Amino acid sequence: MRVEGEMTIYRAAELKPALLEAVREHAAPRLDLSAVTEFDSAGLQLLLVARQEAARLGKHLAVSAASSAVRDVFALLGMDLGESAA
Amino acid sequence: MNIDQVMHTFIAESRELLEQMENALLAVAHDGPDAVNAIFRAAHTIKGSAGMFGLDPVVEFTHVAESVLDKVRDGHVPVNDALVALLLACCDHIGALVDAVESGTLAHDASLVEAGAPLVAALQGYLDGDGVPAVAAAVATAGNPAPLADGMREWDIQLRFGADVLRNGMDPLSFIRYLAQLGSIIRIETLAERLPPADEFDPESCYLGFRIGFASLETQAAIDGVFDFVRDDCEIRVEPAAAPAPAAVQPAPPVEVPVVQAVAPAAEAPARVRQQQEKRTVRVDADKLDRLIDLVGELIIAGASTSVVARRAQIPELLECTSTLSGLVEEVRDSALQLRMVKIGATFNRFQRVVHDVSRELGKDIRLAVNGEDAELDKTVVEKIGDPLTHLVRNAMDHGIEAAEVRVARGKPAHGTVSLNAYHDSGSIVIEVADDGGGLKRERILAKGIERGLAEPGRAYTDKEIFNLIFEPGFSTAEQVTNLSGRGVGMDVVKRNIVALRGSVEIASFEGAGTTVTVRLPLTLAIINGFQVGVGKSVFVIPMDMVEECIEFHEQPGCDWVDLRGQPLPYVRLREHFGIQGPAARRRSIVVVRYGSRRAGLVVDHLLGEFQTVIKPLGKVFAGARFLSGSSILGNGDVALILDMAALFTSFSDLESPRV
Repeated sequence: MRVEGEMTIYRAAELKPALLEAVREHAAPRLDLSAVTEFDSAGLQLLLVARQEAARLGKHLAVSAASSAVRDVFALLGMDLGESAA
Repeated sequence: MNIDQVMHTFIAESRELLEQMENALLAVAHDGPDAVNAIFRAAHTIKGSAGMFGLDPVVEFTHVAESVLDKVRDGHVPVNDALVALLLACCDHIGALVDAVESGTLAHDASLVEAGAPLVAALQGYLDGDGVPAVAAAVATAGNPAPLADGMREWDIQLRFGADVLRNGMDPLSFIRYLAQLGSIIRIETLAERLPPADEFDPESCYLGFRIGFASLETQAAIDGVFDFVRDDCEIRVEPAAAPAPAAVQPAPPVEVPVVQAVAPAAEAPARVRQQQEKRTVRVDADKLDRLIDLVGELIIAGASTSVVARRAQIPELLECTSTLSGLVEEVRDSALQLRMVKIGATFNRFQRVVHDVSRELGKDIRLAVNGEDAELDKTVVEKIGDPLTHLVRNAMDHGIEAAEVRVARGKPAHGTVSLNAYHDSGSIVIEVADDGGGLKRERILAKGIERGLAEPGRAYTDKEIFNLIFEPGFSTAEQVTNLSGRGVGMDVVKRNIVALRGSVEIASFEGAGTTVTVRLPLTLAIINGFQVGVGKSVFVIPMDMVEECIEFHEQPGCDWVDLRGQPLPYVRLREHFGIQGPAARRRSIVVVRYGSRRAGLVVDHLLGEFQTVIKPLGKVFAGARFLSGSSILGNGDVALILDMAALFTSFSDLESPRV
């Protein structure tokens, strides 16, 4: 699944079902965040929830690519993006 | 706390960091991510410290470099030659800014800003738009220099944002970003355990919390103030790190969601490393050390005269005391000298940069191999050897190493190698500068020497004599650089500098295979163990490390060598050498000395034994005196002259002395 544009509070409500659906339907969900232009706490939460849901289903949500906006947040928080080779 | 002193520390630290940065930059090709991290950390720390002092120009410039490095670290910008060269130039510029800080001209030196502008422009080329706003932010903080408290304090900050924060249009991340401007985030932990299961998750509510280890100069109130906007609906706790956080706020053990935890790599390492270093090392003014060494020198002289008096008085207790005393003085001397000993590695590492720059300049692919970095020598020697070595290395690269095509044609690897090697040998340190280039062209040097009147036509010269011609002052002129593939540029200056340090320099070269310049220097310039010998009424000192043995001397008229266990040993009579009057002693001795690979004998009247010798420079009157490197005051107040072995052995070179 590829997310484009903002991944912020303004689109959180719209993105949540899409993300969760992707996680539930694919055996090996993979997220492409290379086209994300903005990324805030709401976006981060979304990602964490999606990961949590994947873990609940025994899957791993992989991030195959991330834009600098996403990377900046993860670097700020010292978090691992859990990137996998695309 | 004295601000000057803190500033001084900042300047010293910045220089060290710049050096680390430079080394890491040069190592980036094979160390990869580690080196990139090291570079980033160095830049980050310089920026942070500069910010504390309100040194805006340093912060502004370093910030841009840091942003590019951040991109490199993330893998957005590939590391290539051009970038390394640019970052090296940035290193230099930061160094220039730091120099300006030191001289107090930073604020009103427009030329520095001008010099920095093209670099900034080049750096900006690597950044896409989002690097720019951060510059403004960083500068804004730097504009209000933090009040200097007793250094950095560590805080433990617990944040638990209210559910409505996001809906109120605030982003918790922006608070953390702002916080990062006030100090450095040492570690950060994202508390996500309140995230509900996916179905109950309201994407517009905030469930996140953070636990932050924060180092800052700010007061608790100032840090607390960061969160004023969200205070009403959040749990915020700012505590000094020492106090253990209440157990209730500890993150619950993660059940389904792993608590994402990591360290902020940029901030943590330097903070810790610095803490450790502070405990283990003390910065001392070099002047204070020099003063200490001077005093130890005086102590040795005073101790020696005490011993003389004690021996004359023949009081057993006094003799015992003086012998204990001189043992201790010897130890004090060794430890004091040890304080001034530094590893040559730091000097060698500077050459990575020289080689990098010059090989780019010349368009040759040249690598530097370094060996024996751990060899130690006196700081004063290290400081003075830098320039001559730079000259030798540049020469090796410029004239020694051939163009790649020539190398390949000769069956050598296309890239040239310049190697630096250091090791200790009989009281000296030996530094070799070798290249695997074309070697010196014997015939052309000889022809040049004859042309300049430095050599006589028709006389047979040894290789060594011919190679030594290039150290002659008249030998270095511009035209040689082009039509002589050997060396010659300023080699006389190199030799003069080395001789001034009581050292010597030799050259060995094989045409087609390369050239090795061997520089031999005394380990220290202050105090040595000396072997005293008497000739008539004069006392001479020979550095103990060079003395191999003493043998009896039998006069054989017309013969200036003796048979030493089947080897011919050339000797000089010091009496004749220095024109000392009076009849020779009845039983004379030969002191066998070794210098480098050569041995020779010195004929003396008396052997006086081993004494500590404080080297005092000879006055200007004696500037022309060859074979003497200094003087020393003896226990009885007399003056002894220290023999200059390097010069003596040079005078031997006519006598074909055997190799050891």
